Amino acid sequence: MIEVQDLTKSFGDKTAVDHISFSVKKGEILGFLGPNGAGKTTTMRVLTGYLPATGGTAKIAGFDVFDDSMEVRRRIGYLPENPPLYFDMTVSSYLDFVARIKNVPPEMRAARVDAALEMAKIVDKRNELIKRLSRGYKQRVGLAQAIVHDPDVIILDEPTVGLDPKQIIEVRNLIKGLAGSHTIILSTHILPEVSMTCDRVVIINRGKIVAVDTPENLTLQLKGGERIRVEVQAPERPLRDALAQIPGVRKVEITSLGSAGRLVATVEANQGKDLRSQIAAKVVGQGWALYELRGMNLSLEEIFLQLTTEDTTQNPAEKAERN
Amino acid sequence: MRGLYAIYRKEMSHYFVSPVAYAVVPIFLILSAVFFNMYLADGIKASFEASMEAMQGGAPIPFDVPSAVTGAFLSLVGTILLFLTPLLTMGVYSEERKRGTMELLLTSPITDWQIVLGKFFASVSLFIIMILPTVLYVVYMFAHSEPVPPWKLIAGGYLGVLLLGATLLAIGSFLSALTENQIVAGVLVLGISLLLWVVGFFAGTGNGLIAQTLQYVAILQHYNPFVRGVIDTTGLIFFGSWIFFAIFLTMRAVDSMRWRRA
Repeated sequence: MIEVQDLTKSFGDKTAVDHISFSVKKGEILGFLGPNGAGKTTTMRVLTGYLPATGGTAKIAGFDVFDDSMEVRRRIGYLPENPPLYFDMTVSSYLDFVARIKNVPPEMRAARVDAALEMAKIVDKRNELIKRLSRGYKQRVGLAQAIVHDPDVIILDEPTVGLDPKQIIEVRNLIKGLAGSHTIILSTHILPEVSMTCDRVVIINRGKIVAVDTPENLTLQLKGGERIRVEVQAPERPLRDALAQIPGVRKVEITSLGSAGRLVATVEANQGKDLRSQIAAKVVGQGWALYELRGMNLSLEEIFLQLTTEDTTQNPAEKAERN
Repeated sequence: MRGLYAIYRKEMSHYFVSPVAYAVVPIFLILSAVFFNMYLADGIKASFEASMEAMQGGAPIPFDVPSAVTGAFLSLVGTILLFLTPLLTMGVYSEERKRGTMELLLTSPITDWQIVLGKFFASVSLFIIMILPTVLYVVYMFAHSEPVPPWKLIAGGYLGVLLLGATLLAIGSFLSALTENQIVAGVLVLGISLLLWVVGFFAGTGNGLIAQTLQYVAILQHYNPFVRGVIDTTGLIFFGSWIFFAIFLTMRAVDSMRWRRA
């Protein structure tokens, strides 16, 4: 549905997006992840035809975003970083206007506006002036605007910014509900969002793609090793030694919980090894009280930090040495 | 066409809640009403004095009050418009850029010319609504005159007002498309209006090439024949080409928003 090949965009001598390539299948949700200024918004703007690319191509539904801009614009719904709202309009007259400029046939307009209001859960606000709405509601009106014409492709630039936790969950569910019949690209720097909503993640940093994979695979492969959290009542030094002796353990970190000599040990194991039973046996064998034993996945957050900070060390020799 | 209408509709509904329109239109109407009254009173007084003189001796001097009042009134309206119309269009594009709604328009399946013409027609419609009440003053005066002067005078005069207004609106829209800041756009338009106005004073003197060039640019020089009820081809071409040129430049400016925005 979306094909991006060697896409490059520079502003003067500054390269915002540097030869990126990826594709999105029909019905898929692709997450665009990266720190601020990584090039997410620029890429999205190129896809929507708002900015022309400096090099490379991008196609949506087989149409080039530059050469067949009109065909592309007919097929996309776009929520920019700042929702493009006319503050002195009411919610429903605004959506009616958007439906008009998106070529929704007149006989379907009212029904589409109602559907968008329904999906964005703003039916009760339909007659309110947009300027009177709170930040979260404005964001939802922006979202309704992106789906009012039922586009094939929906491009959302940070769709959950400014929402409260309950609204975030609602919006995520809305996005998930749209998948399948719609192809969605969304950008975010909130990591759990990606693992919760997206089928695939593109991690982008300084205009370059650092990784493309499913959230699960990224968590699994990229950083490898399992981590186990152990809460025990034990003296610190013997605990550290005992855990370090277990074969396959790479690193042990111990922090004090502060209450009654209880310690928390974080054990990092080599890739693919599940050491939980050995650790339990060891602790119990020493006669220590075991309160908790739990496997922890490296969070996407840590992978993300790892990937994006590693990239800043330009020197490959130094990088190799460190590894 | 549907896209153009959608933009037009949106702009019109915006004007009806826009504080700028609510400030400019009443000011225009108050100023024009006051001046119309003054000119009318002056005209009547002058004609009364003229007929008094005629009574004291000699042949009566023909004095056409309605035409004189209309001429004086419409020239003044031209000057007022030079200052007020820029305010109507200063936000047309700059506000959309600032709010980010330009991004919505430019990623929607509508062409640049639909955006530009939709906005232009809407501003002209507002302008017509603004000047319409003043047509009533003049029509009322004509209807109560004896003998009734040719209606062509009103038609010609208001064609001039419309052309002048449309030109200023088109220039204003173009300048608004150049900046994100409404106030900067407003000041730019006002500056250009003033320039076009002042140039007329200098154009009056001298016959050289420069004077002639200035004469061609001086906007009110081309407006004045209309005020006298003369529908002048030079004037039609003058205003027509200004409008066309400004709209063309606006389209280029809108197109360039895609290229410039970082």
